[in-house]
Amino acid sequence: MMTRERAGAVAQAEPEAIQQFLTFRIGQEFFGMALTQTREILEYSGVTEVPLMPKFLRGVINLRGEVVPVIDLSVRIGRDPIQVQRRTCIIVVELEMEDQQHILGLLADAVSEVIEIAAGDIEDVPAFGARIRADFIQGIAKRGQDFIVLLDPNNALSVRELAHLVEVELQ
Amino acid sequence: MNLDGALQTFFAEAEELLTSMESALLRVDEGAYDAETLNEIFRAAHTIKGSAGLFGLHSIVGFTHIVENLLDQVRSGVMAIDRDLLSLLLNCRDHMAGLVRDVMNQEEPDADRMNRGDRLLQQLMQRLGTGDSAEPAAASAEPVAEESTQRTPGTWHLSLRFGPDTLRNGMDPLSFIRFLHTLGEITQLVTLDDHLPEAADYDPETLYLGFEIDLLTEQNRAAIDDVFEFVREGSDIRILPPDSKIEEYVQLIHSLPETPRRLGDILVQSGALSPACLERALQRQSTQDAPQRLGEILAAQHCVPEQVIETALDQQKKVAERKAAPENRTIRVDAEKLDSLINLIGELVITRQRVDLLSAQTGHGALLESVAQLKGFTEQIRDAALALRMVQIGDTFQRFKRVVRDVAQELGKSIDLVIGGAETELDRSMVEKLTDPLTHIVRNAIDHGIEPVDVRRQRGKSDTGTLRLTACHDSGNIVIEISDDGGGLNLEKIRAKAVANGLIDASTHLSDHDLFQLIFHPGLSTAERVTNLSGRGVGMDVVKRNIEALQGGIDIDSVLGEGTRFRIRLPLTLAIIDGFHVSSRNTHFIIPQNTVLECMDLASLHQVKGRACINLRGEQVPYIRLSDLFALRDSERHGDERAKLVVVQFGQERSGIVVDELHGEIQTVVKPLSPIFQALKGIGGSSLLGTGDIAFILDIPQLIELAIARESRRIGKSAVTQERAS
Repeated sequence: MMTRERAGAVAQAEPEAIQQFLTFRIGQEFFGMALTQTREILEYSGVTEVPLMPKFLRGVINLRGEVVPVIDLSVRIGRDPIQVQRRTCIIVVELEMEDQQHILGLLADAVSEVIEIAAGDIEDVPAFGARIRADFIQGIAKRGQDFIVLLDPNNALSVRELAHLVEVELQ
Repeated sequence: MNLDGALQTFFAEAEELLTSMESALLRVDEGAYDAETLNEIFRAAHTIKGSAGLFGLHSIVGFTHIVENLLDQVRSGVMAIDRDLLSLLLNCRDHMAGLVRDVMNQEEPDADRMNRGDRLLQQLMQRLGTGDSAEPAAASAEPVAEESTQRTPGTWHLSLRFGPDTLRNGMDPLSFIRFLHTLGEITQLVTLDDHLPEAADYDPETLYLGFEIDLLTEQNRAAIDDVFEFVREGSDIRILPPDSKIEEYVQLIHSLPETPRRLGDILVQSGALSPACLERALQRQSTQDAPQRLGEILAAQHCVPEQVIETALDQQKKVAERKAAPENRTIRVDAEKLDSLINLIGELVITRQRVDLLSAQTGHGALLESVAQLKGFTEQIRDAALALRMVQIGDTFQRFKRVVRDVAQELGKSIDLVIGGAETELDRSMVEKLTDPLTHIVRNAIDHGIEPVDVRRQRGKSDTGTLRLTACHDSGNIVIEISDDGGGLNLEKIRAKAVANGLIDASTHLSDHDLFQLIFHPGLSTAERVTNLSGRGVGMDVVKRNIEALQGGIDIDSVLGEGTRFRIRLPLTLAIIDGFHVSSRNTHFIIPQNTVLECMDLASLHQVKGRACINLRGEQVPYIRLSDLFALRDSERHGDERAKLVVVQFGQERSGIVVDELHGEIQTVVKPLSPIFQALKGIGGSSLLGTGDIAFILDIPQLIELAIARESRRIGKSAVTQERAS
C-alpha cells in the first residue's frame, strides 16, 4: 500500500499536520471527507422516500430511533443519481451548523478506506476542471495516480441551502 | 466559595415573587383586590429583601427596603392607593427585577440603572414624606429595623447549629448574622467552638461553629424564621420568643449537643434564666427518666406558673400550624431532566409496540395478556409524564396585563384586557416560544388596532377599547385568539401597499383571506404613522415563522371599523400523540387521532359528479387523495375499489382523506423531521412504527391548505389556457 507508507513517512516528519479522511467512490471518482465528521457507515437498506422531494433527497432512515435524511451526493455535485447496488452504502455524518447539530446520511457507491494526508499534501482547488462547485471542495489530495476530492461538508451539505432547494422544488 | 446552588434558588424564587407582585399590583389597578392582595405585594418585597440580604446583595436590599416601607404603609391603610402610586410601584418592581438580573448576569448596575434607581428612590421618599408615620429620608441604602406600631421589642434567643456542610453548600454563617442586624440589635453573641477538632483532623470546608444569639427586635417569629429559610435543612436552628418560659429554655439546653451546663451558663448570662432556677432544673432532671417532663418539674417547683406553660405551648402549636399551611406543595425540577424522561418514555412506547407485534406472532395467550397489561401501564405513564410538561396558559396571559397597561398609557389610550380560557393547558416548551409572537400581536393591536379616544367617539364606540386574549382546545389543537374592537384591517390599503412594494400585480385578484395573509409578508406594514412600538414593518413575518416553527398556523379575520381577530392554532404537545395509522402506495402515514371522525370504503359512498366530493349523509365532503397530493408512485397495482376514506374534522371543516389501507390506532412518538424538510407542507413530523418503518405524521390543516392551493393553481392554469385559446 503505497499511500499508507507515504502517509506514514510524512507523519514522522510532521506529526501534528496529519489529517484522516474517509474516502469513498461516486461513479468513477474518489472523494474524501474528514474522518472526524463521519460517525458510521451503513449498508444501504430501508430508505423511506419522502413525498415531493427533489432528486438529491433520497429519503429518511431510522438510525436507532432517530429519523435521519439521506442525501444523494452524486446528484448534489451535479452527477446522475446513484443506482443502488451491492456495495452502495450510507455514510452517516455529524455536522455542526448554525449552533445546531445535524445528522445526515450520504449515499455513496462504495466506501474505500481511511487515509492519512499531511496538510502540506493537500493542493488547492484548480480554477476549473473539477466539474464541481468550487466551494464544495476543501482541497485535492493525490493518491498514487488518482486525485481525491476532499469535500467541504459545510458547503456541500449546508442544511440551509438544502432546505432552500426543497422549497424551490415544492413551488 | 461556590454560591451557585443557593443563588440559583434565589433567582428562581425572586422571579416568581416578582411575577406574583406584578400580577397583584395589576389586580389592584383593576380595582379587584382585598387586604390579602396588599399583603401579597408586601410579602413579595419582604421576602426578596430577606433573601437578598443572605447573599449580601446590598443594592437589592437597600432599594427593596424603601419599597417595603411604602408597601407597609399602603397595607396598613396609612397611605391611599392611586394610579400614580401604582405606576411607581410597578416601576419599582421592574427596577428590582433589573437589579436581580444584574446579579444573575454578574454585572454591575450600569449608569442607566443607577439613575433610574435614584429617581425611584426620590419618588418613594416623597411619598413616604407625605405619609403619616414619616420615615426619615436618610434611610437610603442602609436598611434599618422595620416600622411597626403594634409591635414591641423583645429579646429573642436563637440557637444556631448550622449543618457541617453549610460552607460547602455555598452559604456563610456570617451573612445570616449580618442579616439579623437588619432585623434588630444583637445584644449577645456567643460563638461555640466546642466541636473544633484537632488541627490534624480539621477540614477547612466543614463548619464546626455554633452560635448562641440574643436578638432585640420588634419582628415576629416568621420574620426571624425566614432568615434561615435557606439553611434550615441539615441545620439545627432554634428560636425562642421573648416570652418563652423557663421550661422551653431547659428543653433547649438538653436537646442541643453541647453540655447542659455550658448552655445554661450562656442563658444565665443573657438573663433568660436565673442561676437558681437553672441549678434546680438540672438537678431534678438528672434523677428523672423522661426529660420531656421538665416543664412539669419546673411548674411543680413554682419556677413558672402552670398556666403560662400552657399558653406557651399553645403558642408553639399555633406557630407550627401557621408554618404548615402556606407551604407550596410543588417541587422544582430541571427542565432537561423532564425532557429526557419524556424521551425515554417515547422509546418505551415504541419498544412496547414492537413487543406487541412480536407477541401477536407467537399467539401465546398468557404473553398476550401481559403485553396488553403492559400497554395499559405504558399509556398511563405516558399521559402522566406528558401532564408534567403541561402548564396553564393563564400565567402567560397575565403578563400581557402589564404590556397592555404600559403601552396603552404610553399612547394615551384606554384599553381593557379580557382574558378567557386561562386554565387551558399546553406544552411548557411551547409557552416559552409563544411569548414573543403574542407580544407582537398584542402591541400591534393596541398601537394600530384600537383607535384613539376621539376617533372611537366619532365611530360611536365606547371610549375604552377591548382586547381579548382567549384560549381553548379544539380537536387536538390549542387555539389562541387575540381580538380587538378597533379599526380593523383596511383591505384597500393592504392591496395598495402590496402593489407599491411589488408583492402583487395591480390586476391580481385576491380573496379577502389572501389579502389579509399579505400582512405576514416581510416588509409590509400599513401603519401611516410609525411609532416606536411597532410599524417598522418587521415582525408579522417573524410572528408567522415562529408559529410555523411550532407546527402551528395563524389566521386573520377582520372587519373594517369593527375589529381584528388573530387566530393561532398549535398542536397540544410536540412529544407523543395518539394517531391513526394508514398507508398509501406503501408509504405509511399517521393521522392525529383527535381529528379522525370515521372511516369507510370509498366505493360504498355516493360521489358528487365531476368533483372530488362525496355525499356523506346529505353533507358534501370534499376529499384528498394522498397518492395524488404527494405524487406517490404505484409500485403495485392499486385500484379505487379497495380505497378507504378517512373523514377528518378540523375546526368546522370536514374533509376526507383517501388512502389504500387502514392499519388502526397507534400511539406514536413524534420525531421531528430535519429542518431540510421545513418547506414540506402537510407533513408535521415523522414517527417510528413497531416494525421499525418510518411513518409521516399528517398535519391536517396544512394538508387541506395544500389541497386548496393546488386546486386554485390548477384552475388558474386552465383559465389561462382557455383565455389563450379564445
